[in-house]
Amino acid sequence: MSPYAGVGFEERMGTVEFRVHERAHITVDGDACRGCTTQGCVTACPAKLFVPTADGGILFNYEQCFECGTCYMVCNTAGAITWTYPEGGHGVVFGRS
Amino acid sequence: MTKVDAVVVGAGPAGSAAAIALARRGRSVVLLERGPFPGSKNMYGGVVYGRVLDGIIPRWWETMPVQRWVTRRQTMMVTPTQALTVDFRTEAWGDAPYNGATAYRPELDSWLADHAVDAGATLVCSTTATGLLRDGGRVVGVRTDRPDGDIEADVVIACDGVNSFLAKEAGLYTHTEPEHFTVGVKETLSLPRSVIEERFGVRGDHGVDIEIVGCTEGIPGGGFVYTNLDTVAVGLVLQLPALAAQSKRPEELLAGLKAHPAIAPLVEGAEIAEYSAHLIPEGGFEMMPELVADGMLVAGDAAAMCLAAGIWLEGVNFAIGSGHAAGLAAAQALDAGDATTSGLAGYRTRLESSFVLADHRKLADVPGLIMSERVQQRYPEVACNVVERIFTVDNPLPKPGFNRIALDELRRAGLRWRDVARDAVRGLRSYG
Repeated sequence: MSPYAGVGFEERMGTVEFRVHERAHITVDGDACRGCTTQGCVTACPAKLFVPTADGGILFNYEQCFECGTCYMVCNTAGAITWTYPEGGHGVVFGRS
Repeated sequence: MTKVDAVVVGAGPAGSAAAIALARRGRSVVLLERGPFPGSKNMYGGVVYGRVLDGIIPRWWETMPVQRWVTRRQTMMVTPTQALTVDFRTEAWGDAPYNGATAYRPELDSWLADHAVDAGATLVCSTTATGLLRDGGRVVGVRTDRPDGDIEADVVIACDGVNSFLAKEAGLYTHTEPEHFTVGVKETLSLPRSVIEERFGVRGDHGVDIEIVGCTEGIPGGGFVYTNLDTVAVGLVLQLPALAAQSKRPEELLAGLKAHPAIAPLVEGAEIAEYSAHLIPEGGFEMMPELVADGMLVAGDAAAMCLAAGIWLEGVNFAIGSGHAAGLAAAQALDAGDATTSGLAGYRTRLESSFVLADHRKLADVPGLIMSERVQQRYPEVACNVVERIFTVDNPLPKPGFNRIALDELRRAGLRWRDVARDAVRGLRSYG
């Protein structure tokens, strides 16, 4: 197997620079997520930031966010995901993309 | 509070082009960038077409940070086990004024922003515009996340990208259906320069761009592979609702493309240098917002100016074209002392008379056609099967005629003549 095929997700995300701010720029309403049958964000978020929990909710981490907007665009529960840009100078920093 | 003639939000290609136009006409301009440097938030699917810069930066090709000049262009239709490729190359694209180039967006966008600064614009990085300043219905500036960071301006030009919160706040978008958006995911893969040149059949600073259809497992979208100097980029664009409605994650779908028999030999042994993702507005003319508000213009991805028309996949040139037109229209409005909606109406006129809206108008029907199930899956399958049968020598049987093969394969794919004819007419109307 060629080396890249075996790249784990953490290693993949390890190639990206993130200047993490202490304030989360995305908030998720857990109650709304528990009632959501599709949870499209879990599959679609390229950074795999949304993880389903045993009780049907969503566990969420904002730190390695590409700031793409996929999550709120695929979210079909109004108000479940509140999305803004991170503070200036923070968040993802691409170098060779 | 800072007060300037114009504030441009976003130092991507649209914003920098707008700032260049305004600053060169003597206007005070603040160019806001939320990233630590221009381009730090940006990635793309491969090729910059630079001719739009001819009138803005003479002999741009001498200084633009280019990875490779694209002299070989392939369109590939694939099924899981087949690939049919149209492979075109020309030396003409390897000399000035060139055609397409691959580049790293952080370098490209920083270069263009430097030109805005040279023209006299004030570039302010690490600063997020958090909202619009209003006076009644009129836009009079932006709020930022800096202490006392409000900036008052006679004109605001929103070049704040595909998610454009400013255009939405101004009420310029009446509809933003997720069907009109794809997410692009990309791996930048390290390979020695000599290996890239050997595998892709190019030399020196020449490069290759490959666009692929049929590689997204039924999700409307497509794939791409292109060469940088010592990296190869491989990526997918995936329509949002269809991606969210199935169970494979983007990086798993991308692994599928990299394992395809036509692609695997190109990227074998390469190590990931950077993973990236970004939204793309693919709806074209159909999803464009109002472009002008009282005191405000919108350009680039913020105005859905990306052209996703199948054989033509362009964005940076449309951003530069629309941004520059916005800067010129704003300068004209400021000269006339009228930055109201009617004073700024020249922006739309300029776009209509340039490639920006001419191309989008002409190709308005294409995104829908390209994203259809037939173009995405059935036609690649039929084309590959037809060619496979034409070139399969199955003696002792005699060779069948092309017509017979084509009819067989259309039927086998469950295609109806009526639909094929309709798609052909639709395509001819747009491309013809």
